[in-house]
Amino acid sequence: MPNNLVVATFSDPVSLLKAVNAAQAEKYRIYDVFTPYPVHGLDEAMHVRPSRLPWVTFCVGLTGVTLALTLQFYASVLDWPINVGGKPDNSTLAFIPISFELTVLLGGLSTVAALFLRARLYPGKKPLLVAEGVTNDKFAIAFRIRETAFDARKLAEIMKQSGALSVGEQEAKL
Amino acid sequence: MSSSTMTAEPLHLEKPELQVLPPPVWVDGGPSLAQITDDIAHPMEARPGKGWWICFGIAFAALLNLGGMVTYLIANGIGVWGLNNSVGWAFDITNFVFWIGIGHAGTLISAILLLFRQQWRTSINRSAEAMTLFAVACAAMFPGIHMGRPWLAHFIFPYFPNQRGPLWVNFRSPLVWDVVAISTYGTISLVFWYLGLVPDLATLRDRAQGKIKKFIFGLLSLGWNGSHRTWSRYEITSLILAGLATPLVLSVHSIVSMDFATSLLPGWHTTIFPPYFVAGAIYSGFGMVMTLLIITRQTMHLERYITVRHLDKMAKVTMLTGMIVSYAYATEFFSAWYSGNIYERAHFINRATGPYAWCFYLMVLCNVITPHFLWTKKARTTVWFLFIVSILINIGMWFERFVIIVVSLHRAFLPSGWGMFYPTKVDIGILVGSFGLFFTLFLLFIRVLPMIAMWEIKNVASHTVDHKMAHGVGGEQNKEVIRA
Repeated sequence: MPNNLVVATFSDPVSLLKAVNAAQAEKYRIYDVFTPYPVHGLDEAMHVRPSRLPWVTFCVGLTGVTLALTLQFYASVLDWPINVGGKPDNSTLAFIPISFELTVLLGGLSTVAALFLRARLYPGKKPLLVAEGVTNDKFAIAFRIRETAFDARKLAEIMKQSGALSVGEQEAKL
Repeated sequence: MSSSTMTAEPLHLEKPELQVLPPPVWVDGGPSLAQITDDIAHPMEARPGKGWWICFGIAFAALLNLGGMVTYLIANGIGVWGLNNSVGWAFDITNFVFWIGIGHAGTLISAILLLFRQQWRTSINRSAEAMTLFAVACAAMFPGIHMGRPWLAHFIFPYFPNQRGPLWVNFRSPLVWDVVAISTYGTISLVFWYLGLVPDLATLRDRAQGKIKKFIFGLLSLGWNGSHRTWSRYEITSLILAGLATPLVLSVHSIVSMDFATSLLPGWHTTIFPPYFVAGAIYSGFGMVMTLLIITRQTMHLERYITVRHLDKMAKVTMLTGMIVSYAYATEFFSAWYSGNIYERAHFINRATGPYAWCFYLMVLCNVITPHFLWTKKARTTVWFLFIVSILINIGMWFERFVIIVVSLHRAFLPSGWGMFYPTKVDIGILVGSFGLFFTLFLLFIRVLPMIAMWEIKNVASHTVDHKMAHGVGGEQNKEVIRA
């Protein structure tokens, strides 16, 4: 499969959204869109599925609260029960603050770790920049060229009509 | 029937008279996207001015002083402070509570205002979060050096294998909760701040000239390329972190207040402490945010991004939290009288008429009277006036903690155990030094990292356009909005 991309660049988010909608209407599959900030409305236009990251937070958060309660119970009831001011060995209410903090700590760290894993962000990674300025003031749409049923000329026309600054082919360093 | 009326309703939003209302503008002069990048990256790329060097020189001198004082303290023990049998906590814990409170405004701005969709947070959230991190660093130092034997500080953490024999830390103690809460708070704040920085680091990587800069920013930006699929996940992650940080920040100062509230000491033993401390923390934090931002917007020429309207909003938050704090002061006195507890009553009479009464009145002057100067719009938008108010708030909130801690301790139940606390040179040196640490870190931050979140400002600058597009309004008209 050839790994070439058609890249159209734009100077504003309105033309970008217009182009995304037009390309979707013509059944061109968008590889990705590159923007300097999250453009609202692109999720719907690109049919991006809702992220499953909240599940990571939930599951790891649940693990955090369980771990914290288990540790405190083990230490204060099973391993070495000490009478502190006549409080019961299993002072569950007093164990809540630490359980809450551990839930937040593990939930938060795991969500960010999951984001980095899923989006393949890691130190030393060579960024794939499809056009100059996509981290500054340019917007770009990339289409992966397919062997069958891919009319690049028509695509270029759609992009130009939507207000593209430039449309070009390039080898993808994927 | 009801469903058809439901779908028809949103159309009313498009009525022409509503469009006349100007959307709030949080960036002056309508800069282009590239202009925003240039403006914000400018302080990092230009040579620092004289003002920066003078501030840095003073801050760094104070930091060196801190290093010396802390070394002296650890070598000699905490007897070099003015502590005694009556007053076992004084400047150390006052500074700790003061600094941890300062940090809270940063989290409020970055997390709570994000959940409330307040757009004015975007110009100030980066520097406020940085302030949080530096304030937590200052705060975390104090319980450490206060321990007397700081090399045993790790004993407060439960760890495997347990080297203390079969003995565990006491999980019922608020001091243990505090350690866990502050470590969590520091960690989550750092991660949240770094996550927000990643897209901006990529922008800086792509515009960096030097090889070293390119390498460092390249390493830190994790190969960010502006992909929308990543943006989409990124925004969800930010929202989750904001949702976690919001109860976290409330829990942190609540737990700090429990260090006092769970004791039996008059002046400490009260259930009002958690909300009272949280309001005070936000009040003092906004005071510090205003102090810092008024200085930086002036010296770094970022008035376009940190406008007087931002200062106005912050002044309003200050007023609100200041009045909550005043209310808490009044409630404490009322409860002392209404409880009929003689020790509680004696404590509050001592607070207002005893040897430390001047601290109490200074606190009232700064925290109860000062916020009321902000009722007029003129006061809230006069920069020099706000600067003075913000300094007064900082002073007032430091004295609030001093009053709570030292005045409660110095005359407890038995008159035979009464005493006075007088700070020594080391006490004052470490207090000044902690400001040195804070300002050194902050001044370095505004030189090496973008102090305003570029990508968020770009988002806000073009928000009107995106909003209309999402609701399907025609394109041509919107293009004019962009250029306008």
